[in-house]
Amino acid sequence: MTLDDFLLAFFSLDILREAWPILWQGLQQTLLLSVIVVPLGILGGTILALLSTVEHPLVRWPLMAWVDFFRALPPLVLLIFLYAGLPFAGLEISALGAVAIGFFLNTGAYYGEILRAGIESVPRGQMEAARSTGLGRGQALAHVILPQAVRNVLPDLISNTLEVVKLTSIASVVALPELLFQARQAQSVTYNATPIVAAAVIYFLLLWPVVRLLSRLENRQLAARQ
Amino acid sequence: MTALPAGPLAGPLAGAVRPAAGGAAPIVEARAIHKHFGALHVLKGVDLAVAERELVFIIGPSGSGKSTLLRCLNRLEEPSSGSVTVEGIDLLDRRTDINKARQRIGMVFQSFNLYPHMTALGNVALALRKVQGKSRAEAEARARAALARVHLEDRAGHYPGQLSGGQQQRVAIARAIALEPRVMLFDEPTSALDPELVGGVLQVMRELREDGMTMVVVSHEMGFARAAADRVVFMADGRIVEQGPPSAIFGAPREERTRAFLGQVERH
Repeated sequence: MTLDDFLLAFFSLDILREAWPILWQGLQQTLLLSVIVVPLGILGGTILALLSTVEHPLVRWPLMAWVDFFRALPPLVLLIFLYAGLPFAGLEISALGAVAIGFFLNTGAYYGEILRAGIESVPRGQMEAARSTGLGRGQALAHVILPQAVRNVLPDLISNTLEVVKLTSIASVVALPELLFQARQAQSVTYNATPIVAAAVIYFLLLWPVVRLLSRLENRQLAARQ
Repeated sequence: MTALPAGPLAGPLAGAVRPAAGGAAPIVEARAIHKHFGALHVLKGVDLAVAERELVFIIGPSGSGKSTLLRCLNRLEEPSSGSVTVEGIDLLDRRTDINKARQRIGMVFQSFNLYPHMTALGNVALALRKVQGKSRAEAEARARAALARVHLEDRAGHYPGQLSGGQQQRVAIARAIALEPRVMLFDEPTSALDPELVGGVLQVMRELREDGMTMVVVSHEMGFARAAADRVVFMADGRIVEQGPPSAIFGAPREERTRAFLGQVERH
């Protein structure tokens, strides 16, 4: 393979120009998916984390089983089950619906564990002080505990969000036209690897600033600890 | 009820008109309190009544149950048995709205427990807004007034991390008194402070007492107890061993346990 062949196969500007409208649609779809599934995951995680503050065994054990199950189950398997498995039980879910439910269950479990660790990092006295002034449990959690919990685990939350955005690429297996799916389409039509390389570059440009921000946050937290 | 005029009294006068301990109907009344933590029997049938405007000081060795008793008085700790009433409201009754009742009972903690993500003003205003439903403007005005009572009006915009321990504890006192409680509970309020910061906190407590606040204080500040308390309660092993005016407890303790404890404390 000569250098020209190599450039033609991976970095062809002509192919990129041709594939760009498809890739652009894919990027928009990926952004839309992220805007849907990240809040869903955080919502699921917040519910799980709040439930984890209940000490009753009838809440604790099912909660632990739930979180373990969805953390151990590969998200790709979960997604395919929701999309292609449930119809056998007469439950037809759209591709977007399957992705939304799958992410709510899977990433919710991860966000939930992070937030739970955050809540546990807040000293007991905070809840006691809040309750002693007449705040209810829910009020104390909302105004006193959660803001501190989120701040304590912010790097982990951002890190997980990074993973979630990357994970939206699995929506390609249920034919949702997100970035990876569109790049694969373009690649098979043009018979050239350039669209895949372009997708990789787009992912990188999208997420690299978040990675930088994360590093800075982690360094600052490390410094604050010393 | 007491026949005394309500409202704050000027400093030097307050001592003269304070009723004798146990004279009026009690504001706080705990009866036959037992508390178990698993196999540990921490409180073994404690009775404590606190009259209006009374300052009760609870002393005793660590592990004697004094902090647990204090925490039972606003149900931060659930007694295993017994009863606690505050102004006639049964705190342990399931039908009692505990959040409403707790506004009458201010509490100050050894470790301050200020909310680190809020300014001093935010710390004091939170319950005024969220519990008492006051507007932001009214809550902040009241919070500023409470901060002025602890001489920290100029620190309203500071975060706890920017304040000394003594200042933090005074903000914590402001947070409690802003709700206009009928009784204040102090759980070792100066134990976490550097010695040079203790005075400011004790001064604020002295002023509260002069304003007629009913107070229950768990503390090792014997000098303050001697000077300011109406009654000193000595606890050991989950029981009240003896109680009386500070002159009697410190001057002529009847019980051997009390003498031993005071002897140890004074040697330090």
